[in-house]
Amino acid sequence: MTDIGSDMIAELETKGVSRRDFIKVCTMAAGAVGLPAWAGEKMAENVEKGRKPSVIWLHFQECTGCTESLLRTSHPDLGSLILDLISVDYHETLAAAAGYQVEAALEKAAHDNKGKYVLVVEGAIPEKDNGIYCRVGGKTAVETVKKYAADAAAVIAIGSCASWGGVPSASPNPTGAVGVGKVLGKTVLTLPGCPANPYNLLGTVLQFATFGTLPKLDEKGRPEFAYKRVIHDDCPRRAHFDNGRFAKQFGDAGHREGWCLYQLGCKGPQTHANCSLLDFCEVPGAWPIGIGHPCVGCTEEGIVFNVPIHTNLPIPNPTAPMAYPGVGPAQGGVGAVAAGVAGLAIGAAIGAGFVASKKLSKDEGK
Amino acid sequence: MKISRRNVLKGLATAGVAATAASLPVAADAREGYQVQADDVGMLFDSTLCVGCRACQTACKVRNKLVTDTRETQGGVYDAPLDLNGNTKNVIKIAQDGSATTYMKMQCMHCVDPACISVCMAGALHKVAGGITAYNAATCVGCRYCQIGCPFNVPKYEWQKSLPIAEDPKIVKCELCRHDQRGPACCEVCPRGAVIYGKRADLLKEAQRRVKASPGKYAEDRVYGEIDGGGTNVFYLSPADVSFKALGLPTLPREPLPALSENVQHTTYTLGIAPIALFTALTVVQLRNRGKGEQGHKEEK
Repeated sequence: MTDIGSDMIAELETKGVSRRDFIKVCTMAAGAVGLPAWAGEKMAENVEKGRKPSVIWLHFQECTGCTESLLRTSHPDLGSLILDLISVDYHETLAAAAGYQVEAALEKAAHDNKGKYVLVVEGAIPEKDNGIYCRVGGKTAVETVKKYAADAAAVIAIGSCASWGGVPSASPNPTGAVGVGKVLGKTVLTLPGCPANPYNLLGTVLQFATFGTLPKLDEKGRPEFAYKRVIHDDCPRRAHFDNGRFAKQFGDAGHREGWCLYQLGCKGPQTHANCSLLDFCEVPGAWPIGIGHPCVGCTEEGIVFNVPIHTNLPIPNPTAPMAYPGVGPAQGGVGAVAAGVAGLAIGAAIGAGFVASKKLSKDEGK
Repeated sequence: MKISRRNVLKGLATAGVAATAASLPVAADAREGYQVQADDVGMLFDSTLCVGCRACQTACKVRNKLVTDTRETQGGVYDAPLDLNGNTKNVIKIAQDGSATTYMKMQCMHCVDPACISVCMAGALHKVAGGITAYNAATCVGCRYCQIGCPFNVPKYEWQKSLPIAEDPKIVKCELCRHDQRGPACCEVCPRGAVIYGKRADLLKEAQRRVKASPGKYAEDRVYGEIDGGGTNVFYLSPADVSFKALGLPTLPREPLPALSENVQHTTYTLGIAPIALFTALTVVQLRNRGKGEQGHKEEK
């Protein structure tokens, strides 16, 4: 895509979009992804200076669900995102071109923005048999990802497939599917989810676009703003868990009341994600627990596609809002006053005994 | 001989030894203890499954209409009993010996041959159908022997009530929800099936099946309660790295606890052995001192 540069906002104004409206879009985007409001202005400023980050989006073994989710965002809407805020230079689903033409665009974008572009990877990468199970443009997925990751400013793996293998890696994993980090041999920024909440991607990309930094990551490369806590910790049904109110069967009285779904196989206690805090594509309640189904742990490696959906898992950390009593009877310590009183009593007894014995010996002497 | 303290004690000791010696040879099986019945019910608690959600604790309070036992923890007030008490028949505790956190569900063990029934002078604690150790407040005199007698520290007294007639404090302990058709509330609400209710025989089979299916997973590769203290109707399974002791379950002999105590106690009174020995000893002392006593009288005159 051509660099629009500083006259971009002027051009927008000729199309009937005021500068004010554009800054509104930027501010909304910033707000939606948890960046401070003034980041919107900074974003607009960057756009004016023609500093839109170039994004190269690669697809491998996936269902395009992550892209489809991104298409349905509204703050900012996809149009303003990919045309105004960032510059998506290669995306197989969205590109109008095809074949040699689009491959040429990919080459050009990577060459022109060497060391500055963001590489987003969607889909797992098959490593088995030299990676022959996934080829795009005559090149295997392994080759492609290694080539374009080498010159990228940041590599973002979106969705569980790109993060750790996802569906294609489910047992028996016939193609040897793995995540991007495994192929590159380093930790990359991962946004697991099936599909990942597009706002987690937007937040990450827009932060990079605005400040040139990436959010704080955990040891698996997941942004802490989204993946630090487990679903269970922020679940809207948590009060029911704490009070021991569990839905026993789908459709029973407790289920209709909106009780905790742990017994029905909820993976919330072990699943790191922010589903309950950031509505998926801004549709309130549009997530498993919101519609009365247990969380399936779609973000968590080793849970989704590995543990049956209705099997519940242990809770790794004590989850009650308080300490538990230890095993063994509850015993109070001996207080100072109690010890004093006991001492007095014992002393009195000894004294009385002594006096009594003296009396006795006196009587005997008579 | 003088009536000195020493001599009296000697006599008493002799009597005691004689009585005890007479009673000891009686074999333990002479006592007719409670036996496991075919329709006995119980529970199985598998601590490897428990996640410590305390749903059972809450359900128990609701079903038994027990008031909350609030205390302040981490800045908030919760119903968080530290132990079984006058308001709590079931409590989840924590054992932190193993690699992971292990939770322990405490409630009455419903022993096959319970010590609490053995020591209850008024028959307030008694066995009912299903092998449940039940409590009848109407005959309870509030002596709290059961608290001392129970090896698991289960029966609790309502210490918060002090006036004997007006407030009528009682003993509080789990009775397997025998007042309810649905069975124990705790087993009904457990989201993981960590505690299950059923016939004692079936539960024992199931517990043994679990132990057999994964050798090395469970402590001592056995089920606690099968034989411990003469057997209990509530069984426990503990993870391999948390001993039963660490889980808060005492190490008990194979024989029911009342076997020895009742033998000693009952035998001392059979045919009046103890009183006869005691009064014989006292008579002997008295006779030996008779003459001296008269001499003393003469001296005073």
